[in-house]
Amino acid sequence: MAAGSGALKDATAIVGIGQTPFAKRLPEDERSLACRAVLVALDDAGIAPGEVDALASYTMEETDEVELGKACGFGDLTFFSKVGFGGGGSCATVAHLAAAITAGQASVGVAWRSRKRGSGPRPWTNTTVQLPTPAQWTRPFGLLRPADEIAMLTRRYLHEYGATRDHLFNVALACRNRANQNPAAIMYDRPLTREMYMSSRWISEPLCLFDNCLETDGALACVVVSAERARDCRRRPVYVHSAAQSLPAQHHGMVNYWNDDPLTGPAWSAARHLWKHSDLTPEDVDVAQIYDAFTPLVLLSLEGYGFCGRGEGGAFTEGGALETGGLLPVNTGGGGLSEAYVHGFNLINEGVKQLRGTSTAQVPGASACLVTAGEGVPTSALLLRS
Amino acid sequence: MLRPVPDADGAPFWEYAAQGELRVQACGDCGELRFPPRPCCPHCQSFASEWRPVSGRGRIWSYVVAHPPLLPDYAAQAPYNVVVVELDEAPRIRLVGNLVTGAGQSLGSFPPERLRIGARVRAVFHDGLPQWVPERS
Repeated sequence: MAAGSGALKDATAIVGIGQTPFAKRLPEDERSLACRAVLVALDDAGIAPGEVDALASYTMEETDEVELGKACGFGDLTFFSKVGFGGGGSCATVAHLAAAITAGQASVGVAWRSRKRGSGPRPWTNTTVQLPTPAQWTRPFGLLRPADEIAMLTRRYLHEYGATRDHLFNVALACRNRANQNPAAIMYDRPLTREMYMSSRWISEPLCLFDNCLETDGALACVVVSAERARDCRRRPVYVHSAAQSLPAQHHGMVNYWNDDPLTGPAWSAARHLWKHSDLTPEDVDVAQIYDAFTPLVLLSLEGYGFCGRGEGGAFTEGGALETGGLLPVNTGGGGLSEAYVHGFNLINEGVKQLRGTSTAQVPGASACLVTAGEGVPTSALLLRS
Repeated sequence: MLRPVPDADGAPFWEYAAQGELRVQACGDCGELRFPPRPCCPHCQSFASEWRPVSGRGRIWSYVVAHPPLLPDYAAQAPYNVVVVELDEAPRIRLVGNLVTGAGQSLGSFPPERLRIGARVRAVFHDGLPQWVPERS
């Protein structure tokens, strides 16, 4: 098929997924965890490591292509890319592999994320890498952590739209309820109540402890091949129907206060591209995996990806809309808030599980799943279908 | 406490701040203000720029109240506010800072329950950094 508009649509599929256990502390290093997740994913696909010829990862990944390739026994790599902006790049890894395979640059692609965030230091405590642009404008004043940066947007969001902490709680609760169904989730046996949420300690007002994602050790991977090749793999293919990256005009990253309109972030421009190249609309999405480093990112993403209008993200969550059986079940493995925070890669794998019909919180008959990367940074998104 | 580590574009801001002046980068050709500073104008692509004095008056656009875990020097002052101030002259120029009861007062000196979006503030300077105090009207 000639490359061009629409060439990516359903041209590739995710045919294998793998993950390690998730825990606050795992004994193995990130490289070993990465190798384990990748080899599980390849076995899941029924593809030999020697057939791998493409890799995609995203920044803040400690294991590089050389280390992974020589340990796992990959073949000659003809495509490898690393996407910037940490959690904004999760879905872009699959998008890059899909593009490379569609363009004929490679045939078997692996994307992965390995992270020891649970037992390692918190990134924001490293002040030497924190202080250049744009941190000179924020850090000296004590805006130190990602939670502070997003809390600033959240306060403005609550003020402009009349949303409340109950709306943020609805997000935290939906994620926790799904984690309570998922034995692999860190919070599997820890239910959350409104009382616990409302009385928890502040991190950066208006965000409390339960508005913040977990800190987790763990690794995940997935395998991407052409749709044609996918038919010969072990599992039912999950097609990459549409994919988008987005760095909007005049965007400033997490400290997006300097944009003309800080409350419309990268999700909006990612969505424009995603839907433009899709046969589907938001109404066709059965289940969504929405990047949830912080609860307000889900409200912003619901608006940005078109599930509701601007400023309506809070109201959208009412009446159990995000729960099983609701308008749009989200983060059905528990998400970053309650399954594991592995920079959103668990959201990709959970999307695949939903479309295979193997999620621990399965949405009956799910045939289309939106997966998003971090809102508030240059981002990416995938529309997967069975 | 963390000190600003200016890049080449930002250095003039801090040099003016050290003299007790609030200035914002403006295009030397089309005159458009821009923040944070950058090498060229996103409107007309000119590399000519100037540093324009502003009144230092503005309104609180948003704020947070930070609680530990924080870096030790900041934890010692917590809970403290961080505000984003939109400038009177150019409401889309927004500066991050702290609302304090007076120049040189601690980050936690202003009572959190009195913080309001839209409150009028003005810039003061201490130790080379702008701070914000309530504007009495």
